[in-house]
Amino acid sequence: MSEVAFPTSAADTPRRPVTGLWLLIVAIAISLAAYAMAGLGLRGRTPRDFVVYGLVFTGAFVAGWLVVRWTAPRADPVLYPTATVLAGLGIAMLYRIMVARGESTIAREQAMWLLVGLAAFCLTLWFVRDDRQLNAYTYTLGLIGVVLLLLPVVPGIGREINGARLWAQVGPFSFQPAEFGKIFIVVFLAAYLTDKQELLAAGSGRFGLPRVKDLGPLLLAWGASLAVLFLERDLGASLLFFGVFVVMLWIASGRSAYLWLGLLMFAAGAWFGYLAFDHVQARVDTWLHALDPDKVTGLGYFQLAQGWFAMATGGIVGTGLGQGSPTLIPYVGSDFIFAAFGEELGMIGAVALLLLYLILIARGLRVAMERQDTFGKLLATGLTTILALQTFAIVAGVTRLIPLTGVPLPLVSYGGSSRVATFIMLALLIRVSSGPMERSRG
Amino acid sequence: MDRRIRRLGIGLVALFALLFAQLSYVQVIAADDIKAQPANARRQIIAEYRVERGPILSADGDLLAQSLRNQERRAELLFRRVYPDGPLYAGLTGYYSRIYGRAELEQAANPFLSGDAPELAVSTFTDLILGRQRKGGAVFTTIRSDLQEAAARALGDLPGAVVAIEPETGDVLALVANPSYDPNSISSGTDEDINAAWESISTDPSQPLISRAKDELYLPGSTGKLITASAALENGVDPVTDQWPNPRVLDLPQTTNTLENFGGSLCNGGSQTVSMAEAFQESCNVTFAEIGLDLGAKEMSEQARAYGFCPTDPPEQVECEEPTIPFVLPWANGRFPVPSYFADRQPQLAFSAIGLDNVLTNPLHMALIAAAIANDGVMMQPRLITEVLDPTGKPVREFEPEQYGQPISDGSAREMRAMMLSVTQGGTASSAFSGFPIAVAGKTGTATNGENRPPNAWFTAFAPAAPGDEARIAVAVIVLDGGNLGNEATGGQVSAPIAREVIDAYL
Repeated sequence: MSEVAFPTSAADTPRRPVTGLWLLIVAIAISLAAYAMAGLGLRGRTPRDFVVYGLVFTGAFVAGWLVVRWTAPRADPVLYPTATVLAGLGIAMLYRIMVARGESTIAREQAMWLLVGLAAFCLTLWFVRDDRQLNAYTYTLGLIGVVLLLLPVVPGIGREINGARLWAQVGPFSFQPAEFGKIFIVVFLAAYLTDKQELLAAGSGRFGLPRVKDLGPLLLAWGASLAVLFLERDLGASLLFFGVFVVMLWIASGRSAYLWLGLLMFAAGAWFGYLAFDHVQARVDTWLHALDPDKVTGLGYFQLAQGWFAMATGGIVGTGLGQGSPTLIPYVGSDFIFAAFGEELGMIGAVALLLLYLILIARGLRVAMERQDTFGKLLATGLTTILALQTFAIVAGVTRLIPLTGVPLPLVSYGGSSRVATFIMLALLIRVSSGPMERSRG
Repeated sequence: MDRRIRRLGIGLVALFALLFAQLSYVQVIAADDIKAQPANARRQIIAEYRVERGPILSADGDLLAQSLRNQERRAELLFRRVYPDGPLYAGLTGYYSRIYGRAELEQAANPFLSGDAPELAVSTFTDLILGRQRKGGAVFTTIRSDLQEAAARALGDLPGAVVAIEPETGDVLALVANPSYDPNSISSGTDEDINAAWESISTDPSQPLISRAKDELYLPGSTGKLITASAALENGVDPVTDQWPNPRVLDLPQTTNTLENFGGSLCNGGSQTVSMAEAFQESCNVTFAEIGLDLGAKEMSEQARAYGFCPTDPPEQVECEEPTIPFVLPWANGRFPVPSYFADRQPQLAFSAIGLDNVLTNPLHMALIAAAIANDGVMMQPRLITEVLDPTGKPVREFEPEQYGQPISDGSAREMRAMMLSVTQGGTASSAFSGFPIAVAGKTGTATNGENRPPNAWFTAFAPAAPGDEARIAVAVIVLDGGNLGNEATGGQVSAPIAREVIDAYL
């Protein structure tokens, strides 16, 4: 592993900015078309603020692209436009849902949060000029991550909404600190595992298993995940943290035993969680019995059943944007926005949406592989994994492949914290792909 | 490390492949089953109301039911069902309620109206491809709106029903029943409005949802003599030369009970003997009881079967599985007991011969009998739908008139016509038809209606009925509970004038 000046192998061959620009134009066009079509389908005319929205959206995302060109000239050209189209589709669907509910101000709020996210994206790129500078504050970042994660538990700051303690309120602002905490945790893990890589890879106990003392971090992460589950009743975050930890440990150590042990501990944790916590049992029961005639009217069951009905109604081609009835699903804007896409854009649209995430994932892992240094590889892998697992968890939950864990669909579903946090993760990924800012002129 | 990252990539793609598989299960493979779940009622209704349901029209093009687009913004249901003359046609159109389902034509013709029928597949598929509003087919009925209105006017507010049929085709020209209800009130409006309207209609003691024209059954009384007379003619009785004794009171076999003429009078001025034709004109109960007893249970039951009455075996079996005479709407077919019922019940045979005991019918069935006699003994099935047009106006389905059977011979039909003609010319309905320019063949009936209740007044007829005329309309009228005459009501006084107005309006 070299700690040479140029961390990416592709550094000498600058990427073609034109590709990125064309992709961005297509992404903006799709986003605005979706917005217009949602209005047409819903009311038979384009939204009244279409021109303003179009100008702001285009302006903001072109500005964002210019910032990427300026601060990260060798950045992967696909990541940013893919994120753009996902964000644009998300706003179009939220607009469509909120107008149908007569709450169009909520859609405007989310559009504002999109701008805030874009600003956070630019600031991250500006301040983090070289991702390796993050490597220097390993434990500080880790501590911040843990604090953010546990913030909702702190009396006076934490807020419980819908049975999960996910919120923190500081002054007039309330946000979900775990959304940001996960970024710090991933950065911490990348730095920590880079540090301990050789130790983890070398030591071997009996039967080729890691020595007991090497299991410390694994047990710690497992305990922390269960603590999150216990203290905050947040099944989704708990699974996500443990999942990304196990994956990064495996990638860093090169020992698949960690992966299998991790899966085993996941199973044990899940079993324990099921036995110990009512809300986990409830999630499993709603998942298994969503359509049982005597249960289907209960809220959790009703929501899953309505999600299925929506997607089944959509069929292959969908009802068309604005022409379905996704508002029959409770919380369709947040947890169940994917079902709304399934209904109005059909299986074709739902698959296309997932393919967009797969593009992000593929490009993210490609960034990891192109980096020559361990930290860069682990950071890119960690960020990509969290994006992938989060997307999988919510879509599999909505489609009833697994029990529902209420995590947001990245960039698409309702939620300011998630929107901003995802943009920061994206900025880090782009930074990793481009390498240090100053070097670009070298 | 890169190898592991690649493996991670493969693993993540595999996870997403699971999502694709699950999506194709939910959205394609199991989609129809999922959509059909009872818990999905709301979406099923929304899907149903996305279609511009086809209209129901009268033969002359009047709209009996149509779908109009909801004008409110963000209306979840795109269309609402409107019945321009709600109560007038309620018994035919029925209702189309998102809460209480469908009834009558809305139910019976639903595949056509909704566009689901295979005949409309091409049209609805074109709508789908072109992204047009999906439309259902237009259902044309045999109803003549002017006749329906005339019949309703003639019946007025009296409880009862009027049915008019074209003898040659079996076409239902008018079908009016009182009391009625407004289908608009349970088909459109807010959920609260619909629930309130349904509550009031379904708990109304007069039961407006049950059509007196076809859903309810009544004793035919003397109109039942049409069956007895037909059986006699079919079994070789000569209406003029064959004579029966003419006592004031008939002693019934197997019992000490007796049977009298209406009002205890003597038939045919008290002559020694009386012919069937004379007895028919005056509607003599004693004579027809004698005829029925002479013919026997088997012949009487067989004749009733031939007229489409379904066989019952009271008291055990009094219901019919389904109507013997097919009709597009649900209806209660007439009933007549099987021969074995009469084996040790000879008095009941005598009462059945004058349309009492367990003989039951309704105006629709009586109109069909009159129509059969008018149509040279050939009985047609009642036809209500003539054709279905697709939204472009192209006929996609036609319903031809269909013969039910021939209950009586051509010759018997001629004899019946002559006897029925005498009823309006010097017989029990002569006052109602005095001065009426058209020859009308009819039969009155005044049937008991339970203890201490005024009788039900019947009249069934067809016209024009002069020998050689081709009859164009057959009518049956029932006025319940004596109508405006109470205990003094008779078919000739109460119902015959209503039939006369209807015939007058049509011819």
